[in-house]
Parts: sequence; C-alpha cells; structure tokens
Amino acid sequence: MTTPFLSVRDLTVAFGTEDGVVHAVDGLSFDVEKGTTLGIVGESGSGKSVTNLAILGLHDPAYTKIGGEITLDGRELTRASPREMERLRGNKVAMIFQDPLTSLSPYHTVGRQIGETFRKHTGASRREARDRAIEMLRRVGIPHAASRVDDHPHQFSGGMRQRVMIAMALVCDPDLLIADEPTTALDVTVQAQILDLLKELQDQSGTAIIMVTHDLGVVARTAHEVLVMYAGRAIERGAVREVLGTPRHPYTWGLLSSMPKLRSPVDVPLVPVRGTPPSLINVPPGCPFHPRCDYTELAGPGLCRGERPELAPHRGHGDACYLTPAQKRTIFTEQIKDKL
Amino acid sequence: MTDDNLLELSGLTKHFPVTGGLIFKRQVAKVHAVDGIDLTVRAGESVGLVGESGCGKSTTGRLAARLLEPTSGAIRYRGRDVAHASRRELKPIRSEIQMIFQDPYSSLNPRQTVGSIIRGPMEINDIRPPGGRDARVRELLEIVGLNPEHYNRFPHEFSGGQRQRIGVARALALEPRLIVADEPVSALDVSIQAQVVNLLQGLQRDLGIAFLFIAHDLAVVRHFSQRVAVMYLGKIVEIADRESLYERPRHPYTHALLSAVPDTDPDGAARERIRLAGDVPSPIDPPSGCRFRTRCWKARDTCATEEPPLRRLEGNAEGHLTACHFPEAPATAGDQEVVLDPALG
Amino acid sequence: MYHFLVRRILGALVILLIITAVTFFLFFAIPRDPARLACGKICPPETLELVRHNMGIDEPVFLQYWHWLAGIFAGREFTYGHCDAPCLGYSFVNQEPIFDAIVDRFPTTLSLTIGAAVVFLLFGVGTGMIAAARRGRAADKIASSASLVGASMQIYFVGVLATWVLVDRLRVLERPAYHDFTADPFAWAGGLLLPWLVLSIIFTANYTRMTRSSMVEQLSEDYVRTARAKGMSSRTVFLRFAWRGAMGPIITIFGVDLGTLLGGAIITEQTFSLHGIGELSIKAVVNQDLPMLLGVVLVSAAAIVVFNIVVDAAYAVIDPRVRLS
Repeated sequence: MTTPFLSVRDLTVAFGTEDGVVHAVDGLSFDVEKGTTLGIVGESGSGKSVTNLAILGLHDPAYTKIGGEITLDGRELTRASPREMERLRGNKVAMIFQDPLTSLSPYHTVGRQIGETFRKHTGASRREARDRAIEMLRRVGIPHAASRVDDHPHQFSGGMRQRVMIAMALVCDPDLLIADEPTTALDVTVQAQILDLLKELQDQSGTAIIMVTHDLGVVARTAHEVLVMYAGRAIERGAVREVLGTPRHPYTWGLLSSMPKLRSPVDVPLVPVRGTPPSLINVPPGCPFHPRCDYTELAGPGLCRGERPELAPHRGHGDACYLTPAQKRTIFTEQIKDKL
Repeated sequence: MTDDNLLELSGLTKHFPVTGGLIFKRQVAKVHAVDGIDLTVRAGESVGLVGESGCGKSTTGRLAARLLEPTSGAIRYRGRDVAHASRRELKPIRSEIQMIFQDPYSSLNPRQTVGSIIRGPMEINDIRPPGGRDARVRELLEIVGLNPEHYNRFPHEFSGGQRQRIGVARALALEPRLIVADEPVSALDVSIQAQVVNLLQGLQRDLGIAFLFIAHDLAVVRHFSQRVAVMYLGKIVEIADRESLYERPRHPYTHALLSAVPDTDPDGAARERIRLAGDVPSPIDPPSGCRFRTRCWKARDTCATEEPPLRRLEGNAEGHLTACHFPEAPATAGDQEVVLDPALG
Repeated sequence: MYHFLVRRILGALVILLIITAVTFFLFFAIPRDPARLACGKICPPETLELVRHNMGIDEPVFLQYWHWLAGIFAGREFTYGHCDAPCLGYSFVNQEPIFDAIVDRFPTTLSLTIGAAVVFLLFGVGTGMIAAARRGRAADKIASSASLVGASMQIYFVGVLATWVLVDRLRVLERPAYHDFTADPFAWAGGLLLPWLVLSIIFTANYTRMTRSSMVEQLSEDYVRTARAKGMSSRTVFLRFAWRGAMGPIITIFGVDLGTLLGGAIITEQTFSLHGIGELSIKAVVNQDLPMLLGVVLVSAAAIVVFNIVVDAAYAVIDPRVRLS
C-alpha cells in the first residue's frame, strides 16, 4: 500500500494556560486520500478544529506544544520552517472557516483578498490576479463576478460570502482543503448550496477535503470516511456508511440518538448523553468517555477507568472501546437501532 | 375563536424604520420584519416557528412577549389586546409570558449568583412563595436538573447546557403560562441539546406551560411542537399540525426547506433534493405578490401580481393552511422522491 | 461623504453656538463687575457707567451676546474705533483686539502641537507595535513598564527636571522659545524640541498601550487567521491586516488629543514659558477678560469639534463598512 496523501500520526497538541495544560488533541492518527472527503465529527472541545490549525501550523508557537507527525505528500510538516509553511498555506493546503463575515477582511475588496493569495504563490501580476479572482468568483457561482470583484465582503449575503471564502481557498488549486464548519453559520437552504458546490469542485479538481463539523447530517451528505472525536481523541473511524449505519462506540450511539431527526417517531423522547464533556485540563483516566458511558460495567470492572482503549491502527471501521464486538453488536441491534 | 386560545396574534405587523437624510433624520425605507401574520397559541400547546435568518421569527417572538410594540395588528393575550398596552398594564402579563434566549451566557448577568438571578423576577414582581424565595430557588434548580446547592455559584462556573437550564429556571420563577423560546438549543452541542429539549418537553407536559418555540432547526421543532408555522420574509407561508406539515407539505418553500436538511441516514443521501437558487431577498424591499416567487421553481406571472392568501387547500387536513397559488400535490412528500429542476435564474 | 460633511459642519456650528452662549451667561452669573476692576481704585459712579458703556456690558446679556455674534460676521463699532470682521471684540484689560491676539499666539500652540504629535505618534505607535509583535517576551514587558512610568509622569515635574538637566547642566538642548518657522525652520525646531519631547513622554505611553492592546485584539480576529491560513507572511499579516483594523481606536484618541492640544497646552506653556493659546486662556480667566475668554473658548471648542469630524471621516476611509450618510 502506498503512503497516503495526508497522514497524521500520533498527533498531540497541548496549550499552556493559566489554569494548567490543555490537552486539546491527544494521540490522533488518520489518513486522507486525494479526491476523498474525511468528515471529522465532534462537539465543542473535542479537538477537531485544533487538529486542523495544527496541520496548517497556525497555532501560536509560544503557547502550543505539538507532537507526532503530519505528512503531506511525503513531506513532514510539524518540523517545517515557518517559510516553508507559508509557501504551503493557501497554495497546497487551503482552509475555509465557519463564519465568512468575520473570516474575510472587512477592509479589503474580495477581489484583492482572492488575488493576493494568487499573487503570493504564483508571482502573478496585479492584472493577472484580478482576472483570476473574477474567474474564481464565477466558478463558485457568484453572479456578475466582473463587477462584484470590487465589492467588500459586507456587501455580500452570508451564502455569497462563503462562496467568496471558497473562491479564495481554491484560487491556487490546493491539494487539500480543510473546511472548518463551513455551513454552520448559514441557513439550511444555503448550506445545501454550499455543500453541493464543494462536492462539485472536488469532482472537478480531485482535491482532498477534511470536513470538520458537529452535524452528522453534513457528514452523511459529503464525506466518504468519518472520524468521530471525543476529548481530543478519535473514538471511532470508518466509512460513512458503516459508522452511521452500524456505529460501534457508545459515544457515537449517544450522538446519533440525541439528535432529533426528520423521520424519527416524534413521541419517543430524545436520548441525551448524560453529563457534560470533560475538561481538557483534567481528562479522565482510561477511556475519556467512561464517566458518561452506560456500559462501563459490561466491559469489565475497572477496565474503562484503567488503560486507555486504543483505536485499532488498521484501516477500515474501527473504534476505541473495551466492549467486545459481540457486545457492541447486541447492544446496537437491541437498544440503539430503533431509536435512530 | 375559542377560550383556550392563550395568545392570539392577528394581522401582526412590525416595520423597523430605516433613516437617512441630510440634516434631519427621516424615514427613507422600512424593514418589513413581520408583515401581517395570524398565529394562535392554545393553553399548554407548543407552537413551532421555523424559517431562515431574516424571516421575522425572532421579531415575532419578541412581539408575542410584548418586548416590542407592533406597528399594527393585535396581540390578544387571554382575550385582551395588549398590542399597545402601557408598562403598567403589561405588568401582570409580564410574569405570565417569559422568554428563553439563544445564548445562555450573554443573557445571564455574570456578576450575579445563580440564586439571585433566579430570585430576581420574584423580587421585581413582589412574589412571596410559601416557604420563602430561597426555598423556591432551590426547588426550581431541582426542576431544571441542577444541583440546588449550587445556587451560590456564578454563571461562568457552569457549562453551556447548564447555563441554559439556569435561564429556564429564571423563566419558571414566575410560573408562566407561556414561554417564548428563541433558538433555545441552537448554541448547544448535540448531546446537550437533547437534555434541554427533554427538559422543556417535561415542562410542557407536567406544568402545562405553552410554548412558542422559535428555531431554524426543523428537526428540533418537529420534535418539540404540536403545530408548526413556516415563515418567509415576514409572512407565514404555511402552518399545520406537525404531521401534516412534515409529511405533506404543500408550500414549495416548506418542501425545499425540508429537503435541504441533511439526513444522517447514509442511504438517504442519494435522494434527489430540491435546491433553492439564490438567497433570501432583502426585507426592505420584499418581492411583490408572493414573496417566495423569486426563488420558486413553480412561480408564474400571477405570483408577482397577486399575494396568495393563507388558506386551507383541498386535500389539506383541518388547520393546515398554505399561502400558495400553485401548491405541491398533496402526495408529494414524505419519502417519495422528488425530481425537480433546481436551475433557476 | 458630502452629505456627511454638510451635516456635521452644521452640527458643529450649533455646538459652538451653545458653548459660547453658555460661557457668556456663566460669566455674568458670577457676581463680580469687570467694569469696577477696569475702572481702578477710585471710581466715581459716572466714570463706572462710562467704563461699562465702553466695555459694552451695560446692555442686557442677550443683546451683548447678539452683538458679539454679529461682530464675528459683520464687524463691530467700538468707542475705540471700528473692528473688522471677524471681530471677537477687544480685551477688557489692554484693549488689544482679541482676534489679533489669538492669531499672534496661535502659531506657537500649533507648532507645539504638531511637533509633539509627530513625536508621540511615531514613538507610541512604534513601541506599541513592537510590544504587540513580541507579546509576552522581554520587549513587550519593557515597553509596558516604560509606558506605565511615562503615563504617571507630570509635565511640570518632567519639564522642570529636563530643562535643568538638558539645558542648564548638559547644555545639549536650547532653552525653549518660539521662533517663526518661516524665518528659520532650524531655530523653530530647536526652540521647541524640549517641549515636544517632554509633552511626548506623557502621550507616548498612552499610544503604546492603546496600540498594543488594539493590535493584540486584531491579531486574534478571524480574518487575521484567514490571512495567515492563505500563506501571507507574518509581516504582511501584521502590517496590512491587523494594523488596518487596529487604527480605529488610535485615530479616535489622536483626534481628541490634537483637538485638546490646539486649544492650548496650558501647563506645558507655563512650564516652558511659551506664549500660546494656553497662556491667553489663563490670563483671560484671572483678569475676568470676557472677550478674551470667549475667543479662547471658541478656538478650543472649534479645534475639538473639527477633529471629531476629521476622525469620523477617517473612519469611513479606513473601514468601508462605515457609511457616512
């Protein structure tokens, strides 16, 4: 098997704060292949956004400690020089963010913001950059691109702004696009447009996408593979169809059954995950989910509180839980499946 | 009009002025935030209000709680029109209608303990519950699922979900009959969202509190509300009981909205969906006739000239009203596949 | 922009009208008679009446204010002779025309202000930027402590000390004095160098802190993160993106400071014996010289009002979201 396009191995990200060290990401590994989309799902504080900032090297080195390896197309990124990372960002790896209004500079025209990325990485002239910006605006479906290129972000609607963001990210034809909650701030009909656009652009260019979201529906619609994160760790991973169809980790069960769905029976109450996510300063020992888990006794006394369960390193559907495969299957078919 | 109508909004309109001018500010335009809506909430019932940003759902909520004064129309609370009631006249009603907001953090005073936040409404309204206010505060904390011993803590010591519970406890302090909940769970994580939804559901069931539940998340609204109204640019375009609306939507907008919600069922992802082109037009200058026509794949000339009334269509259930000239066929919904040309404009 | 300017200038005129009117009426609310002061120790009632008439204070206050206003636009007749428009009247004390007195003093104040402003803006913003770029490190800590020390300094202390050390002892700087810029720019700069530096010490601190906090705030903005995510160099991110956003609050205080300084840096002028607007205003108060007081108040108020408009207009230039209509 050839080396994957993006490979993250044993990534750890820790921040020093006044209250102590925040272990935002702890021992995370995953791969992304060209032309595919990896969905990273998790709630706030699960470490999904931090992971992506680490790939781009966007953390503040004064407060952050990064461990492990990030290999993109054969190059190791955690030890790359700042200059190398600068050349990489926006060029080979691009990123789009949640809120297009605050993520675009209010002070510059969209044409300039798109164009300067192009100029930085290709050395194009002002004229060429402007033409390229217009072309990109057209590609992401902004009407009257040639005249709107001189508008400022506040003159666009939310959906159009996110299109501008995408145009800016794709201006240098990146190999990897990291989309951090790209539709969370948008209305549902606009969200559908943006997700379609990303898919369409991926089909054209073969870009690999990391889709970070808290919305399992978005993952189901866009991703090929999915990684479920909890407290800075991956707790389940696999093809979307498998993870959402036959989830194996109690937390994934919890996520799925606590979500109201358009087709589920209405009179059955939602099944929330009890308790609250742990503090990342004092992550519970063993399985970080054990204080909220209903099946710790079943797994065996003390097991979940002891050693941390590892996500199997092989590819395919895997999870980090001490329940036996037979137990997981039984619990899922008997207790969980009907609630989904 | 029956007596069990707790809240009745009729012809309710709220326009916000847009000012301009050289020396003296004068009104040059107006934002049609809410433009003539009729909506009733019966005692103990939960009515959902869905729509995209800028559709006027939050303004409607604020009008219903009389935090805003309407431009025109009536707000009848238990039969009395309070649309233009004075501060003093509103006082008794204020305690019966409470609001819960989206952001649990910014709606709680960070310098007050949880106890005094919840006690506040009782002090302002001079309510002395039997057993004293402190006992009542503990009781309320218990009801919303917080540790009563935590009444001395400050909001920042709680997680997002717990803060929203504090907001709920504060709303409950005056034993309201109606709670206007404006996006009460949209700032919360999925696993926590369900806890708060279940809590509110319990309040509706056990305490008989009516809800006007405002949210953009159609699945959450479906779960929580017996009746649901869909708003678009200041108008209600469709209203029905939950089953009719979600299973047999007649308005193209409702249909598009439902089909845009991403489904977690990986097999459902392959289903054909309706794609609305473009964005919601500006509420400053809404389209003539039917406001949805600029994004509607069924629109014809009539739609631009005549505003469709909100009425019961043939084949609709009782109470299912739709404002559309060319509604969807009664069967076009549910799991059936829809193949439509989304390419518009 | 045009509409904005028209509206703001009209507004400014109204404000000036109110400020001068209030000054006028407050002056007469004080139970003292400027005529008696002018008349001298032995003053028969007839003479007092005459003095009153000459000073123009025998009329009702409203009428006096009206004459004063009209004088600005149309000139005015006095016993001493005609006073051309713009006429702000004559000093009660030495019958000097107020307008001439102000025109005479204004270059000193203007020079003091502009020179100091250049120095404190450069140093303040510069150190603030360095502190923000090196936040948490030694340079930041030094800049922060230094600005704290600077902010707690007083002009009459630093000024006297600096004059004694730099002028009297070390003789590296000239004794502060005003020389005409057009006649000899070097003499002009040399004579004002010490006041500029001393005035700057106090202001620089303010700008350092403001620049630092404003930059640090901007650096954590989403759009700055986006700029880094698309490969912009740290220098570009710092100067083109963050600085653009950080400018707003700095321009605001700069406008206020300029306005205030142009109205007369009273303590600075006293400390260095400079004869500017600040000195005029002190004399006017001490001597109960109403016309002089009104003139000085008018100039100070106008300076502040004008710079407010300039600041607002500058906002619109920096930030395209600000619409001035």
